[in-house]
Amino acid sequence: MEEKFFGNSVIRKEGREKVTGRARYVDDLAFPEMLHGATVRSSIARGRIRGIRFGDGIPWSEFTIVTAADIPGKNEIALIEHDQPCLAAEVINHPEEAVVLLAHADRYLLEAARRAVQIDVEPLPAIFSIEDSIAKRAVIFGEDNVFKSYHVEKGDVDTAWAQADIIVEREYRTGAQEQLYIENQGMIAAANPADGVTIWGSLQCPYYVHKALVTLFGLPAEKIRVIQAETGGDFGGKEEYPSMIAGHAALLAWKSGKRVKIIYDRAEDMAATTKRHPSRTRHRTGVTRDGKLVAMDIDFVIDGGAYATLSSVVLSRGTIHAAGPYFCPNVRVQSRAVATNAPPHGAFRGFGAPQSIFALERHMDQVARALNLTPEEFRRRNFIRKGQTTATGQLIQEEVNFNALLDRAFRESGYHAKRERFARENPGATIKRGIGFSSFMHGAGFTGSGEVYLASVVELEATREGIVRILAASTEIGQGTNTIFSQIAADALGIGYDRIEIAQPDTGAVPNSGPTVASRTAMVVGNLVETAALGLKRTLVDSGLLCDACTEDEFVRACRRYIETRGPLRSRSQYEPPPGLLWDDATYKGDAYGTYAWAVYVAEVAVDTVTFEARVIDFVAVQEVGKVIHPVLAAGQIDGGVAQAIGMALYENVVWREGRMANGQMTNYIMPTAADVPPIRVFFEEQPYPFGPHGAKGIGELPMDGPAPAIVNAIENATGICVREIPATPEVLMEAMTAKAGALV
Amino acid sequence: MSETVSRISIACRVNGEPRRVQAFPLERLLDVLREEMQLTGTKEGCGEGECGACAVLLNGAIVNSCLVPAIEADGADIRTIEGMAHGEQLNAVQEAFLECGGAQCGICTPGMVIASVALLERHPHPTDAEIREGLAGNLCRCTGYQKIFAAVVRACESISDKKWVSR
Repeated sequence: MEEKFFGNSVIRKEGREKVTGRARYVDDLAFPEMLHGATVRSSIARGRIRGIRFGDGIPWSEFTIVTAADIPGKNEIALIEHDQPCLAAEVINHPEEAVVLLAHADRYLLEAARRAVQIDVEPLPAIFSIEDSIAKRAVIFGEDNVFKSYHVEKGDVDTAWAQADIIVEREYRTGAQEQLYIENQGMIAAANPADGVTIWGSLQCPYYVHKALVTLFGLPAEKIRVIQAETGGDFGGKEEYPSMIAGHAALLAWKSGKRVKIIYDRAEDMAATTKRHPSRTRHRTGVTRDGKLVAMDIDFVIDGGAYATLSSVVLSRGTIHAAGPYFCPNVRVQSRAVATNAPPHGAFRGFGAPQSIFALERHMDQVARALNLTPEEFRRRNFIRKGQTTATGQLIQEEVNFNALLDRAFRESGYHAKRERFARENPGATIKRGIGFSSFMHGAGFTGSGEVYLASVVELEATREGIVRILAASTEIGQGTNTIFSQIAADALGIGYDRIEIAQPDTGAVPNSGPTVASRTAMVVGNLVETAALGLKRTLVDSGLLCDACTEDEFVRACRRYIETRGPLRSRSQYEPPPGLLWDDATYKGDAYGTYAWAVYVAEVAVDTVTFEARVIDFVAVQEVGKVIHPVLAAGQIDGGVAQAIGMALYENVVWREGRMANGQMTNYIMPTAADVPPIRVFFEEQPYPFGPHGAKGIGELPMDGPAPAIVNAIENATGICVREIPATPEVLMEAMTAKAGALV
Repeated sequence: MSETVSRISIACRVNGEPRRVQAFPLERLLDVLREEMQLTGTKEGCGEGECGACAVLLNGAIVNSCLVPAIEADGADIRTIEGMAHGEQLNAVQEAFLECGGAQCGICTPGMVIASVALLERHPHPTDAEIREGLAGNLCRCTGYQKIFAAVVRACESISDKKWVSR
């Protein structure tokens, strides 16, 4: 197959609409006689609802008012466990729990009304930390507050300690992080018993919302239709919560008989929707004197918030990535997702891996220090290679050359020269410079048997004008789905990029190609697009209307002929796993992912010892991601992930008060601006993956994993202080640096 | 809005066209543009002047329209993202955003394009520091800003006639 578009940076498919402001996001859509909807939430973290009071001075008869009693089907927004209500009926489990919904045409009056509703709650003891949850200071889920636990065991950790010359034990923590997509969440619903429910919204996974509404309304699947509007970023934040908002808008529409729009403002979005799980990781690592890993014992805990949602899946990915890209014969990872009375934490780019990789890559530097080896030399002695096994016992069957990635990252960043220079210049300097790195991997696609279970489907349809439409539920969320699918299909069909159209993701019109998550869209769904395109062409060739090496004009003529004489020209492909992948969910052993992206990231920092502010000065990201489909989009994914991870490492601090985010504004929750990001220099090594389209692997989440530990390792190089929690805000650095100075006196 | 406050008539030029709308004096310019004039290219990101998604040019100066009361628009010349292209002909900044990958999810893009135009009108040949400072009021969560910086540089290179930036 000729690669005319694959590997080239063609213009983004929907780019013109975006740069002209014509792209229509959910809040840009309006319908006649549409009402606005608002959500009344609990004010306290845990308790029993005693009553609801509607205050004076509001013309309540003009309002549509919905409570749990109005739900036609089951009162739940379930992902894995059936524990989360759409509207709290009796019990409150977190302070942003929705209790009452209101709709009115006048959104100013609506806001006044929202403030006039009082939920009277009898308080119950609540818990707000991993420690309180584990200690069962209150039991809020099951018998022990544990949503899910995993146990990975390789070799014999307990007897392996005897072979260790040195054992290093440390604890690491990461905080919650807000996705902070710039488009707040929102939905429009039309709903009535005759037509069913139709949703237009800002969302990642149309079929997740579809499934939630089927349950909530007790309607047959064909009576629910979910349409993705242009979506202004998500990063995982629009994977689960859209089902909740869609449910709320639909309940108001169902009761009022009118279309209802719910658009969150920034404060509501930050307070109520999901964030990255806070985590605590404890490492106990045994090494020989010559720097070989002999035993790793890892205890990984994440705070799931009040309901199970996706926490078990986030925990799974964090668990599998916890031992990193190193070969160690004896590994134990024990992990738990525990309940607290905070709003549920959820999907966020990296999905558990950034948390456990932060801990591991900080820890690797600590172990190296204990061994009196450089961080680089210690890692080089333990990098995983082809023919070795990961913590889950997955045999690595592809060439993995971490030494080459490391060499390139060091060359591009001038690592060794800088390390020497900083060591020379730092003493006595007010602003101390440092350089650090991390080496890591990210598994592409769903874990274990996940892709087999999803059994994703893509369809292609040709028009008589020779336009080919791709029908998939995979959403364009900025990462470039529309563009790369078009590149892949155009090359497979041997036609122009402009001849490919992408159908709007609409559950009434497109098959379920799975959720747009887990770095799976390019690699897994892209492969289905290619297969379906080849199938469409094969149909034309087999019918004698086209030869294999055709021109675009011949293709267009063949489409017209086929459709005129035989009817619709469509092609369908369904996921089939690569041969030989074996995974056992019961033992957590086997091939966790079809493949991994591998990377080494280097961060250079400057730490001001007067203001205790750390800044990233330079950043080099080297990664092996299979074949690159679109160099500009791919680099854009890395740039964006690195910037988001710089925020996670240094700035983005969720302040909690009794389970509620206290700084839910862009004024005091600080994400990186144009003035804060360093030059991000991105380099790809391309080793084709046989089961991705043209050899491509997934890359979307990878860049979220490595920057935070690289940055904090650089801070340690600059200052000698060992920070084991992020975000490493000036307050954290001040405390650590002051304590160190005190210790020296 | 309180019932005692009534709407006033506001006359302004928007993207070169004279417009007259009824609005509450303290209504946000953002809402007037989006709801009264159906100019939905201007976006709301935070509603508190932090993110720049709602940036427009008011009498040539960049403002966050979520912080501007409607009454300020009376008699003003306003340019929004809808006025940046000349028909189907994109301006140099828009072209550069397309070519360089400066737009990903696109929600910050209208504000970024406005901020870039304002920057290039102030500094036709901006330094790296001027680009960073000029765009620091516009948050982007997708790009890490790198491709946006590249787009501003590209736009600057492709402009021979300064006035053509904003057409």
